[in-house]
Amino acid sequence: MKIKLTFWRVVFIVVMVLGLYSSYIRYFRGLGAVSNMTDQFPWGLWIGFDCLCGVMLAAGGFIMVGAVYLFNVERLHSVVRPAVLTAFLGYVLFIVGLLFDLGRPWYIWHQLIYMNPHSVMFEVGMCVMTYTTVLLFEFLPNVFEAVNWKAPIKWINKIYPVLIVLGILLSTLHQSSLGSLYLIMPSKLHPFWYTPALPFFFFGSAVAVGLAMTIFESTQSARVFGRQLELPVLVTLGGALLVALWVNLLLRFEDYFHRGLLREIFKPSYEAYFLWLELVLTFVLPIAILSFKKARLSPQWLYLASIFTVLGFITNRLNIALIGFETYVGHHYVPKWTEFSITLMIIAMGFALFAVAVRYLPIFPQEEHGVKPRLRSEPATSPMVSTPVLGHAGD
Amino acid sequence: MSKALLYDATMCIGCKQCEAACAQQNNLPYDDTVAAETVQSAHKYTVVKTMDDKFMRRLCMHCEKPACASACPVGAFHKTAAGPVVYDVWKCIGCRYCMVACAFNQPKYEWQSLNPRVRKCIMCPDRIAAGKQTACAEICPTGATKFGERDDLIREAKDRIRKDPKYIDRIYGLNEVGGTSVLIISDENPEQYGYPASAKIGDTPIPEYTGRVMDRIPDFVPVWTLVLGGIYWVSHRRDEVAAAEAEEEKQIEGGK
Repeated sequence: MKIKLTFWRVVFIVVMVLGLYSSYIRYFRGLGAVSNMTDQFPWGLWIGFDCLCGVMLAAGGFIMVGAVYLFNVERLHSVVRPAVLTAFLGYVLFIVGLLFDLGRPWYIWHQLIYMNPHSVMFEVGMCVMTYTTVLLFEFLPNVFEAVNWKAPIKWINKIYPVLIVLGILLSTLHQSSLGSLYLIMPSKLHPFWYTPALPFFFFGSAVAVGLAMTIFESTQSARVFGRQLELPVLVTLGGALLVALWVNLLLRFEDYFHRGLLREIFKPSYEAYFLWLELVLTFVLPIAILSFKKARLSPQWLYLASIFTVLGFITNRLNIALIGFETYVGHHYVPKWTEFSITLMIIAMGFALFAVAVRYLPIFPQEEHGVKPRLRSEPATSPMVSTPVLGHAGD
Repeated sequence: MSKALLYDATMCIGCKQCEAACAQQNNLPYDDTVAAETVQSAHKYTVVKTMDDKFMRRLCMHCEKPACASACPVGAFHKTAAGPVVYDVWKCIGCRYCMVACAFNQPKYEWQSLNPRVRKCIMCPDRIAAGKQTACAEICPTGATKFGERDDLIREAKDRIRKDPKYIDRIYGLNEVGGTSVLIISDENPEQYGYPASAKIGDTPIPEYTGRVMDRIPDFVPVWTLVLGGIYWVSHRRDEVAAAEAEEEKQIEGGK
């Protein structure tokens, strides 16, 4: 078999080679050699992007599972599998990212034995560990179906309601707790971003980004894998996204008002420029787009709105993790190229694994994988469970 | 009953013997190059800063309610009954949350190491356990760094401030972030030497900021589980009922 060298494959190879070189520097020369982190800036790009943004970008999993299995929004059924796949890959890669950022990653399991229940970091760690396991179980039926192995699917179906509730519970906890992490630095984080409402904002942004990412990846998959775009799905998601953005916006300004910052945020300053960028991308552009009925019905506009939303909230989290500390520290932090290259490598791995999974597993509801009857004939042992997992897999 | 250090900047002559004694106590290199360094680092736990003819010492404040201890996911830091905030290196996973959590920026990192540790003044816990003073207090030729019971030192600091008008009437560390085991008095404000402003860090113990949220989790988990489970039950009950009714109907028809 001959592998064609397309543009993106070349990009992928370059990113991987540079990433592997940087990984070598990371593990054989140390964190000081691979990054621009210092005693003044102990958290850099990897915490800001790989961790804070990574977990947010994977939020589509619990949002879609919640919408379809908890609230019975049948219309969205076809996007659950890709959303769960994205979430599962997202969390696995988040853990991979952690292995680069932790100073002593080989002791990561210490979380399980030296527990400190007062630590937000401990809570995040435990939730992420358990939620990744939950996601594994939500994802595994894809594999079992691909190899036509029915027994374990039945077992997973039996515990599916538990998985759903547990998954959403854990997501609520750690999505918000990522924000709580920053509550411990009231004197360091810039007041534009430090607010007791941080956990709520982190959860709110996870919901909005979960919806936006699902729009993004549905559209993207349709392009790349040549699938039919399901407009009703996108329209539903777009409507929900508009509501989520408005709620986020109102809460955000309610908070600025509450803390007497409404004037301050519009005065030009270094932080204000970044805040404006964030607000324009997160709220102004996507809300403006989605306010037009025509745009809400157009895949292109929905796609664009989702991209703005995602970029906006990424800016938001990078502002919290990086920009918000620069005034306190007194100098800028610019990641070293090796830091970027490891982040890029992790992103590239995500795209590649997604493509491989789509190629070999019944992720999208279409008969194009050579996988024979998708267990449609499976007797419905428990009507409420078999519906979600399998009932629509074949349509 | 906990030990503390009182640093009186007006008595300090900037001899840096505390730096050297600290390095020796902790097996760290100390030579002219290190002595010339004016910032704390993984190999310099304490530093005497010089401004004209005045001095100010920096070291871990050993908070009564330490942020590092509450932040650490594996509990590698804890405040001992004797006063020091100590670090169990074997637990540490290297997340560096302690470093971002500390209001005084005291934990430093071994950035060049392949098995890096967090480094900071640990207030000579072994010496204290053996009934001795900290290395820095013992060596101090003028008594600028004084070791003793926290309550006694506070009394003495107030005494000195009352008797001599050159002092600014404040003890830095008395109430900052809920009180610290290092107390500073001076004829200048410690803020001029890089200490965080009292007004900025406040008197609230840092762990309370996250504690307010963490304390709610034990209540939140069962309530939210019930809500989610309830929604699931309600939204699937309809299907179940419909299925059961269909089944019933079938049976009735079959019985006819």
